[in-house]
Amino acid sequence: MSAPSPAPCLTIVRPGLFATIQDLGRFGHQELGMPVAGALDPIALRLANALVGNPEGTAGVEIALLGPALKVEADGVRIAVVGPMALSLEREGQSPQPLEPHRSHTLAPGDVLKLGAVSGAAVAYLAVAGGFALEPFLGSLSTYVRAGIGPLGGKPLGDGARLPLNRNDAPPGTDVELPEPPDYGGGPVRVVLGPQEDRFTAEALETFLSASYRVGKDADRMGLRLDGPTLAHTGSADIPSDGLVTGSIQVPGNGQPILLLNDHQTAGGYAKIATVISADLPRVGRLSPGGALSFRAVTVEEAEAIRRRQEQTIAAWVRAIRPVRPAGGVDLDALYAENLVSGVVDIVNGNGDILNREEMCGRAP
Amino acid sequence: MDVRFTTAGDTAFNVEFGEGIDRPTNARVMALHARLKAAAPPGLVETVPTFRSLQVVYDPAVTSRHEVQAAVEAELAHAGDAPADGTLWRLPVCYDAELGPDLAELSASLGLSAERLIDLHGSTEYFVYMLGFMPGFAYMGDLPADLEKPRRSEPRVRVPAGSVATAGRLTTVYPWESPGGWHLIGRCPVPLYDGARPSPVLLAAGDRVRFEAVDRDRFDALSREAAAGRFDPDTLRAEP
Repeated sequence: MSAPSPAPCLTIVRPGLFATIQDLGRFGHQELGMPVAGALDPIALRLANALVGNPEGTAGVEIALLGPALKVEADGVRIAVVGPMALSLEREGQSPQPLEPHRSHTLAPGDVLKLGAVSGAAVAYLAVAGGFALEPFLGSLSTYVRAGIGPLGGKPLGDGARLPLNRNDAPPGTDVELPEPPDYGGGPVRVVLGPQEDRFTAEALETFLSASYRVGKDADRMGLRLDGPTLAHTGSADIPSDGLVTGSIQVPGNGQPILLLNDHQTAGGYAKIATVISADLPRVGRLSPGGALSFRAVTVEEAEAIRRRQEQTIAAWVRAIRPVRPAGGVDLDALYAENLVSGVVDIVNGNGDILNREEMCGRAP
Repeated sequence: MDVRFTTAGDTAFNVEFGEGIDRPTNARVMALHARLKAAAPPGLVETVPTFRSLQVVYDPAVTSRHEVQAAVEAELAHAGDAPADGTLWRLPVCYDAELGPDLAELSASLGLSAERLIDLHGSTEYFVYMLGFMPGFAYMGDLPADLEKPRRSEPRVRVPAGSVATAGRLTTVYPWESPGGWHLIGRCPVPLYDGARPSPVLLAAGDRVRFEAVDRDRFDALSREAAAGRFDPDTLRAEP
């Protein structure tokens, strides 16, 4: 038996299939050929951080397919999961207990947080209050697996990996929740045509904006190969390599579009028919093989307005974060405690003001 | 001197100075890149130079295309002069048949002896047009016209790190082991990417490169030094 390490951490006691540390991306170094990487679904990461009181761009764990199990080796830790993932808690001396996503949980020393299958979206996120005590590389903690760039060797989190924590305990305050999981909206994915829309035939542009595509089996953090009608170029598919962004839709000579995601190369030599608008990047980042999508063109000005409205919506979701309500409606222990202290809650007759009281408490600091 | 703006969604646009890969066009790209870096208009995230265009990346939550393009146009009015030349590097390369597995086939298809190919490749000063593909992957030109050959029809699944390679009128050193379709003619023993360095990427867009042939013994010695972390890349800077 080795002595417990004094440095607080979460230790991976069972690896997941593909879990990586990501923040909102390593911008500013693309001129070196350095990909941006970062969270495929930045909205989910931002909300997970909000639930644990972190700045929105704090690095969390991005989980694809199946999450790892993590053991708490600290006096306590507050965590939150946002995204469609099953999770449960194993606490010594107790039977395993399922936990809800879209809220925070305060974990005790020795607890094992088991993150399960991610279903219904490609990714889900785990945030920890205070963030991870990891050294940024070129200003970011994002992981770019293809070149082993990022914290902990730039690899997916493996068995035994230790995620050092900035805090040794959970922050004061109670656990909080999002009233609803975030609604990403539906309908066609919105794009701005270009930068090389003039390299495609009129029929190709019409097809692109009217056909239905499906995410092919070649789908990873670099991009999604789309199955569907081919898109013809007026001439060659090749251009002198120029810049790419997350959301670029490039079309090689075979006419099958590829939607580039966060680990895309910084430059590429295929003509790009269109670019997904920034407000819809979280939606496409959530797509898995087999997922269907179609496209609708908007102007840059419309895209910017949509993004501004989306930022207002996200801010409203963050403002709506509230203390967790007990499952099944009424937490009698809490009500008795309230009643004994303040006497304002009439348990016998019920009291419609309970909800308002909780809202007045505001969210935890 | 016409400039074309193309749109990459609501987070970026490209300023295109031409269609081809040539020094005068690229000099205009680099001049605007330098000016925007210095001016740093609000909401500008970064600019990414490529062969004939500059990608301007901005944060649509902070600014707008309209505002950033106005800032770019203001800089364009003054960005006529090319920036000063970048660093001149002398990169060792071993043109050994084992380390450059395409030497024989490439030279035969070009109608040259391997010695002549090596001589031509090694006697040219190259310009780093841009980086891309992988961190630190430098697209350098211009290769002598006698060495021009399109990339291989069958790309390799695994190109060793350090491979010195050519395609079209360009040459490079693969900084990482990766797939690749260029013709491999030699190997550079010193790393072009080293995450332990404060600036992990050796070559920057605008730098110049001369290759210096080394024999296999010297290659092996330099490889050992680099692997042990004892190689100082600053020694590769040519005297001014």
